Amino acid sequence: MKKLILALSIISIAFGCNTANKKETVTIKGSDTVLPLTQEEMEAYQEKHPEAAISVTGGGSGVGIAALLSGTTDIAQSSRKIKFDEKLKLEESGKEVHEVLIAYDALSIVIHPDNQVSKLTREQLEDIFTGKTTNWKEVGGEDLKIIPYARETSSGTYEFFKESVLKDKNYMNGILSMPATGGIIQSISQTKGAIGYVGFAYVNNKVKDIHVSYDNGKTYIEPTVENVKNESYPIVRPLFYYYTNLHETGKSFIDFILSSEGQKVVSKVGYITLNK
Amino acid sequence: MKKFIDKLIEGLLKLSGTVTGITVLLIIVFLFKEGSGLFQSSTVEKGYTLLVNSENPIDKLSPEELKHIFDGEIENWKQVGGRDEAIRIFRFDEIFSIYTDDELGEDYDLIPEKLGEVIHTNPGIIAYIPQKYAAKNSRGIKELIQEKIGLSDYFLGEEWLPTATPAPLFGILPLLFGTLLVSFIAILIAIPLGVGVAIYLAEIANERIRKLLKPAIELLAGIPSVVYGFFGLVVLVPIVQKTGGLDLGETAFTGSLILAIMALPTIISIAEDALRTTPKAMRDASLALGANKWQTIYKVVIPFASSGIAAAVVLGVGRAIGETMAVLMVTGNAAVIPHSMFESVRTIPATIAAELGEAPSGGTHYQALFLLGAVLFIITLTISIVAEIISSRKMIKE
Repeated sequence: MKKLILALSIISIAFGCNTANKKETVTIKGSDTVLPLTQEEMEAYQEKHPEAAISVTGGGSGVGIAALLSGTTDIAQSSRKIKFDEKLKLEESGKEVHEVLIAYDALSIVIHPDNQVSKLTREQLEDIFTGKTTNWKEVGGEDLKIIPYARETSSGTYEFFKESVLKDKNYMNGILSMPATGGIIQSISQTKGAIGYVGFAYVNNKVKDIHVSYDNGKTYIEPTVENVKNESYPIVRPLFYYYTNLHETGKSFIDFILSSEGQKVVSKVGYITLNK
Repeated sequence: MKKFIDKLIEGLLKLSGTVTGITVLLIIVFLFKEGSGLFQSSTVEKGYTLLVNSENPIDKLSPEELKHIFDGEIENWKQVGGRDEAIRIFRFDEIFSIYTDDELGEDYDLIPEKLGEVIHTNPGIIAYIPQKYAAKNSRGIKELIQEKIGLSDYFLGEEWLPTATPAPLFGILPLLFGTLLVSFIAILIAIPLGVGVAIYLAEIANERIRKLLKPAIELLAGIPSVVYGFFGLVVLVPIVQKTGGLDLGETAFTGSLILAIMALPTIISIAEDALRTTPKAMRDASLALGANKWQTIYKVVIPFASSGIAAAVVLGVGRAIGETMAVLMVTGNAAVIPHSMFESVRTIPATIAAELGEAPSGGTHYQALFLLGAVLFIITLTISIVAEIISSRKMIKE
């Protein structure tokens, strides 16, 4: 037992030294959607500031914000707005949360390329994903069962789609859900009656994107860069950074992302820049 | 000096044993501690409350009723035992479209008051708003009683909707049945194959084939499960879909196929070891009595190795139940109680892996996932105990 205590104290001393000598590193943690963007931004930033130490990890929006609360990250990257509960907790622990909007991400609705349907209204999408519409012929297609795919229940994308398209209604009971965007594309390209949603940047020729109408079928908008930028395409979500207090490197990194140079990286990665 | 080194090594071994023991214990305690908080949480999302007009006779609503109301499936208070009055759903954000920012005052001081007004003037309203902005003690408003999440909501609930607002549903039955179904079919496929290959390797194959085949099979165990998952998604899913003529290929059966392949190496190598431990004297005796090779195998060798084979099977089941990545990728993850093996299912490990990353830490969803981990732990623990009993049965007999 004595030896155990000794070992533990050695370990704790070792860790103690570690934190004391810590260099000023900016840690960024959170959403896997924002992750590729942050990585690219980091590389671009470090070309100009080679001395800056930035470390980026994924894990999910919830993980990032939890790490912000426990103080193990400087910046939390998130593909959803901070939840009221999370904000309250941060405020209770005496931390003031700052929110920075860094880019937008558009969601495309995708179907199997052989499906003849090419446009849907928001109401039709709502009925499909809540399970009221079950056959493609009800929305102008052939007689084929609709198989909707969603992202995992707690991903930021899932929540955003629920808010924007389903108007806060719940998805149908037992909707198929895939852990990653790549999985959704793979499944949809293999299943003829499938429909799903993916980040705008991920659409490839294995799936077909459809035109969406948010005004009851008056105008159908195709998800293209121009349509997202001129704000006519409706399914667009913001991507955020959250921080409580930040030292110089972190601030200058955020300033870099918001600069025109940083925003160039945003469009390179496939997201939508802020200055529409 | 030598004595000292002996003592030191002994001490180190003891220490490593103690540390391992304590770590395992701490993990288990942690699992249950994090999970058990769920039943102290209320059904409505933390930090929020539900308000109705004070003339409304309803005092409380179940999570299912709340879900149906906010999904627009229940449109009249009559359907939940209230008066004949249309339900008007009010979410917090709507306050900003009714009143301008000026009317809501500096720092939104006037929100509670304005909310009170809205609720007071709409007899059929149900408002889902942050507790912080709920008007306290003002007339015309009633807060619905917030119940705690019950044991039966969790263990007997049939719907898993962990992010539903205002009241998430944490029914684990679909996940539990999904896990058991996938593992059960996987084991049905894996047992005959695995035991068959083990018998072939131990009794029939010649030395050269055995030396080639055994490492190859053990290599199967070394392939990362995510690779199996990818293989399943790209190759098995379309095959299952086409041959079965199904609407979709991500089914419990596809998951079982992958799991069966993954459980095979475990089953084969343990069963083969058990078969080979049959003493040579017994085989020789059987052959000497005039039994041919086949009779010897299934009258002498298999009965002798039966407990070892059973242990192999149970360990294979354990591996199948806990497998995460491969299943996550091929079963479609639909949280419904399955009625056939050609439906999509969601398993417990897949649920934890997919959801924990985004669940707000310490919240009800987080606790529910930890409790799922505890449930899984109990299942695998039971299996290990069964395996232990089966493999020790032989000793008792002897």
